[in-house]
Order: sequence, then C-alpha cells, then structure tokens
Amino acid sequence: MMKGQTIFFNNKPVITGAYSIVGPKEGGGNFGEYFDYVMKDDRFGEETYEKAERKMIHQAISGAIEKSKIKVADIDLILAGDLLNQIISSSYAARDFDVAFLGIFGACSTIAESLAMAGCLINGKQCKNVVCSTSSHFSTAERQFRFPLELGNQRPPTSQWTVTGAGGLVVSQKGHGPVLASATFGKVVDWGIKDVNNMGAAMAPAAMDTMLAHFRDTGRSPEDYDLIVTGDLGKLGSEILIDLLEDNGIKLGLNYNDCGQMYFTRKQATLCGGSGCACSATVLNAYIIKKLIKKEYKRVLFMPTGALMSTTASQQGDSIPGVCHAIVLECEEE
Amino acid sequence: MDRKKRDQAYNKYVNAKIPKTRPWPSLFNSFWVGGVICCLGQGINDLILLWFPQMAEQSAWGYTLIVLIFFASFLTGIGVYDKIGKFAGGGSIVPITGFSNSISSAALEFKNEGIIYGMCVKMFTIAGPVIVVGVVASIVVGIIYLFI
Amino acid sequence: MYYLWVFLIGGFICMLGQVLIIKTNITSARILVTFVLIGVFLEAIGVFDYISEFAKAGINVPIIGFGASLAKGAISAVKSKGLIGVFTGGLEATAGGIAAAVGFAFLFGLIFKARTKK
Repeated sequence: MMKGQTIFFNNKPVITGAYSIVGPKEGGGNFGEYFDYVMKDDRFGEETYEKAERKMIHQAISGAIEKSKIKVADIDLILAGDLLNQIISSSYAARDFDVAFLGIFGACSTIAESLAMAGCLINGKQCKNVVCSTSSHFSTAERQFRFPLELGNQRPPTSQWTVTGAGGLVVSQKGHGPVLASATFGKVVDWGIKDVNNMGAAMAPAAMDTMLAHFRDTGRSPEDYDLIVTGDLGKLGSEILIDLLEDNGIKLGLNYNDCGQMYFTRKQATLCGGSGCACSATVLNAYIIKKLIKKEYKRVLFMPTGALMSTTASQQGDSIPGVCHAIVLECEEE
Repeated sequence: MDRKKRDQAYNKYVNAKIPKTRPWPSLFNSFWVGGVICCLGQGINDLILLWFPQMAEQSAWGYTLIVLIFFASFLTGIGVYDKIGKFAGGGSIVPITGFSNSISSAALEFKNEGIIYGMCVKMFTIAGPVIVVGVVASIVVGIIYLFI
Repeated sequence: MYYLWVFLIGGFICMLGQVLIIKTNITSARILVTFVLIGVFLEAIGVFDYISEFAKAGINVPIIGFGASLAKGAISAVKSKGLIGVFTGGLEATAGGIAAAVGFAFLFGLIFKARTKK
C-alpha cells in the first residue's frame, strides 16, 4: 500500500545488472574510470546524432541484460524514455528487441520513474525481469531545446551541459545485487522560474517537495543515508535545495551531493555542471551501484530531478515545472 | 502562502543567488575581437579599392561584406566560428559575420532532415527575424520619406 | 591612422552587444535584430553617414551597417521611383549581403556537417 507518496517494496526487487555508456567528454569527467563503455566519437559511427543516441540506448539495454546473466526472452517488459520529442531514442531502440515496451517521460528524472515502476511490478510479482533505460545526447538536446551546434554564442553562467550517454538496468525478482527498498513519487512543482538556462532553480523546489514527502512518509532523517544524491540540479540548484530544506528544518550534511555537480571536472568548463537523463542514470549505474555491491554504501537515497519544459510552452511565456522521484537503494543483505 | 507571492519571492531569491561573473574579461574579449573583425573588413575594402581604383565606394562595401560573409560561413562549416563565438560573445555576433554564422550554422544543423525540409526551411531559424524586422523597418522609413 | 578609429568604434559597438548579453541574457537573434534597428534609425535620422565617414568599417561591418543600407536603399528608391521604392528599396540595397549569406550557407551546408561542441 502507498503511504503518503511512498511505496515500500517488501519483496525486495533486485538490480541484477547495470550498464553505462557515455561520450568522450563524459569519459574525461570525474567518473571516467567507472563507466562500462566510453565512446571515442559521439556520433558512434552513425549518420546523425539521433541515431547515435538510439544506438547508445540499445547498447545500454543489451549490456544490462548481459550483465544480469539472463536471456532477452526472460525479460517481461522494457521501461524507457528520453528527452527527444515522442521519445524516439527509446522506442526506436526498443523495436530491435522482441520485448513488450512501455515508453515513459519524466525528463531528466526518467530513470527514477522507470525504476519506481519496475519496483512496483516486481514487488507485486506481476513481472520477473524488467529493464529500465534512459539516454540523453548533448547534440540532440541542444538542437531541440536550444541553438544549432555551430552557432557562435556564449552559454549563460547558470547553464548546464547535457550529458551524452545512456544507462540500462535489469530489475528482477531473484538474483544478487542492490535492492530497491522504496520509491517516493513526486508531484509536479512549479515556482515560477522562466529562465530556460536555469534548470537547477526550476527543479530545486520539486526536489525539496519530494524529499520532505520522503522523510515524512518514512520517518527517517538525512543521517539515515550513506549518500543522498539528486540528479541534475547542478551547482546552483543544489545550493538552492540546501537553503530550501533548511527553511523547512532539515539540514543536509556532507552525505548530500548532486550528480550534475559532480559529473565534470572544473577544467571542462560546464558552468553549473551536467544535466540530462543520462546524467543521473550513468552515475547510478557506474558509481553508486558498484559502491552498493561492494557494500561501501549501505543505503542510498537517489532522487533524479526533471525539468518538464517544452520550447513551445516557454515561448508562450509559461514557467518551467519540475518533478522529482526518490528511490531508496540498499545493499544486499547477507 | 499565496502562490504568486511565493513565486515572486523565489525568483528574487534565485536572482540574488546566481553567481556573479566578472564582466570585464568578456567585455574586453568582445571589444578586441569585434575591433579586429572590423579592421579586417577595412583591410579588404582598401585592397579592393587598391586593385580596382575606378570602383564606386558603395559597390566596394558590397564586395567587402560578401568576402566577410564568405569567410564566416566557411569558418562555421569547419567548426571554428562557434569557438570564436564562445570566446568573444558579442564581438563575433554583432558584425555581419555573426549574421552569416547564424544562417550557416542553422543550415549545417538541419541538413540531416533533407535539403528542402531540413536545410532550406530551417536556414532562417535565427536570422529570419533580422531580415523580417529589417525589411519592415525599411518600409516604414520609406513611407515616412514618401511624405516628407 | 584611420584603422585605429575602425578598431575603436567597431570594438565599442561589439562591446555594447556583449553588455546586452551580460545584462539581459538575450539570444543572438535578439541582438542582431536590435542592432539592425539601431542602423535603420541612424540612417533614417541622417546621422549614419557622418559616423561612417570616420568610422568606416567600424560601423559598416557591424550589422548596424546592414540596417543602415536597408534604410538608405528605401529612402533613395522612394526619392527616385516614388511609392514602389518603399517596397523595392530596402532589399535591393542589401540583396548582395543576403544572397551571399544564403548562397554560402547553402554551399557549405552541403559540404560540411555540424560537430559537437567540446
């Protein structure tokens, strides 16, 4: 049963496989050594960047299935989404698998949305194995949301860099790996930020809202986690989140960080950090899950944030709504 | 709390929180790059007039701009102009070369969707308003001069 | 010596563009539109030629010059041809620049591909 906004997974769905693939710039970032595959060229041998993104998500799904040591035929469902219109990267990648497919959209929070849904399906024993996947690509996002690549413009100081990459996970009833303990579904929150170059500020209230709901529903506090990590609030957004939570009487300590903020090195000059679906997904798959498997982390609160923006709505003068879902990951019990 | 008030308060708080970058380096870069581009234009103009002394000043300017537009378009094609733009900002947007870059970059970006529906249709995604507003303004000026 | 004027005035105009970017975060399209309008205005009130005399490329190379040509074309066409000049003048005077920008964009668009920023 749902308590508030949270569902507890008593049957402990297991993440049996996780795979990450990123572009060359991301490979040179702070998590470079952890990724499963770093592309040499972000066109990935394809004609267009859209096709490259499709190929990445395809590889992420196959890689995750391979790692979980099951066959494609054992997969009941693929849950995937991305940033492009009509989520073409996910659906076109899924047509190459002979598996039922549900396309989802949660902007950059997609991976949490798919994990939460997978958790419910596995916990309720409706499915045996579910694949979750998401992708983003700097060059496809740039042309859809911003400007042509070769335009000689400067990026505002609050802007973030869309991560080129894809992540895939297999969630199963049986197997070994980190378990999904609970999921807190977030509300759509909009505090009236209209600047499309300031996603962190647009999403921070959503992250706050979900975090408050999570602590209320679970009765826990930030100290109960080895790591609390938001998706792509970036440098500015995570500072805002810390302030917002402090106003609500919750103090985030050193165990809090943000994937976007950690993603790139200072030298890579990405201003406020990384963003995009792949930002949180690849950090989860490459770093957090490995740490959970090694039991260096016992319990992690993973909460990717999504800016549900559209160029049409923005041009019509509307503000940017945000959403954030929280997943609790725990290491496998002995 | 009233929603509108909350949004206003939040926007105010965010604006105060945005990291303030020092403006001087970028102003300086835009200044000297813009100045250099203008000097290049002057140099091209002087060379044209040197080689074709009988040419009217107006057509010499025409050729000058065409040469600048050519180079900007070429530099966009080989992927150099966006780097200049990242460094110089206004310095490479305001000159006519920036206009050329905005058309060429859109052409390059959308050629994947085909020559007609991609490249030709989307070519003016950025430069379109410049031509529209410019032409409308010239019509207004023309009408005013018609009556005085 | 006039190159110094070209450099200083051209640089100053571009720097104004950068001030706009920093102050208001506006995009390339808006900057270009703003400066074209400035050019049209300067020409319409008859100031542009005075500046152009000593600024030369310093004001003709920035897109202000493009705006001024639009207005100049319209004004002279109205004077010589009357009403039809209102419509033909502006584009006639700037046809070279627009055709060049479109033509070269088409050419290089066919040859090159867009690359990811580093």
